[in-house]
Amino acid sequence: MISTEQNIDKRLIAILEQVSDPEIPVLSIMDMGVVRSAVIEDDIVNVEITPTYSGCPAMDVIGDDIKKALKDAGYQSNIDLILHPAWTTDWITPRGRKALEDYGIAAPLDAEADKDVLLNGKRIVKCTNCGSQNTRLVSQFGSTACKAQFQCDDCQEPFDYFKCLK
Amino acid sequence: MKNGNLYNYILGIADNSLILGQRMGELCGHGPSLETDIACTNISLDLFGQVRSYFQYASKIAGDGRTEDDIAMLRKERDYKNVLLVEQPNTDFAYTLGRQFLFDVYHLAFLKELQKSTDLTLSAIANKCVKEVSYHERFSSDWVKRLGDATDESKEKMQTAINDLWTYTDELFHQTEADKTMVAEGIGVDVTKLKDSYYREVSQILEEATLQVPESKYFQKGGKQGIHTEHLGYILAELQYIQRAYPNMEW
Repeated sequence: MISTEQNIDKRLIAILEQVSDPEIPVLSIMDMGVVRSAVIEDDIVNVEITPTYSGCPAMDVIGDDIKKALKDAGYQSNIDLILHPAWTTDWITPRGRKALEDYGIAAPLDAEADKDVLLNGKRIVKCTNCGSQNTRLVSQFGSTACKAQFQCDDCQEPFDYFKCLK
Repeated sequence: MKNGNLYNYILGIADNSLILGQRMGELCGHGPSLETDIACTNISLDLFGQVRSYFQYASKIAGDGRTEDDIAMLRKERDYKNVLLVEQPNTDFAYTLGRQFLFDVYHLAFLKELQKSTDLTLSAIANKCVKEVSYHERFSSDWVKRLGDATDESKEKMQTAINDLWTYTDELFHQTEADKTMVAEGIGVDVTKLKDSYYREVSQILEEATLQVPESKYFQKGGKQGIHTEHLGYILAELQYIQRAYPNMEW
């Protein structure tokens, strides 16, 4: 049985929180939920990260950034990419969801609502500009693999929606 | 090689994603609209990401120093085991979408079964990929319906593409020697069992799209044995050019 719980040494949290997703700079990798474990063994930090999407080009950069942040704090580190358990949008923290919304990306809905929005054209995704739910899907794929493109029919603002991945 | 069957089995899965990913990647900057261009290249990116997981695993199994890049870039045409369907060209948008649709329905069903593999790495990869591929399948079936049930011209083009590509669908359900061994060991997926539900599901979507389900019983095969259509050579020429011209070059 592989745990879906994170295992992160308290001493490392503040350091890891400084590392952000290069494609969504307002979001720390901790709030994104991609760091699954970080433990100190014999003065070396072993970090396990999991990709949001298989082809996410940000993962290599995130690995390098973690190494650098830990080095600046005086730690040597090993970074491992793990695939199991697979990342889900449920792992984005409440603070992370707020950071996404503030940045102009609508946070993921639950799986059922997500289906209604992407398949049945239901208007429930809240516009990140004016808050209206009178929004429509422009394309199921957005500027990155994890997002879909939306537009608000009240204020006309185009915006990204972070797709539910479960 | 000690785990030769497992190695070949992984390549059989991964080559489909590699070649289809390369085909979809060709649309980068050439899609019919900005949104569809981005969608096709996102699908391509997902497929390449999946390929990396498979080839990294294959490279570990081979254990002779060959890297994921070597496996992707340095084999000869006959050593690629992808099905003929995925190497078919982007003749027009209907072909691109039709090919994607006919593969996605299979791919999703295949991955759902691979999740149950007794090989923990393969089941982990499948767990990851299944989420991505369900988006691909939604996208492609949505477009088949949209084009099938739109203007006379879009309907005709979509129907032509489906009719032409249909001949490559049966191969998806052929078992290779590596397949048989892996199924027996609980590692692989028995693709023959996916066939009936595949044709049921594809037919249902084609009917929703007001398209005819092709009745032809003549099917092409050979990709799984490395015997390809004339298109693969050109794909590989583009895919491999940099590594052949500048061996060991890295980003």
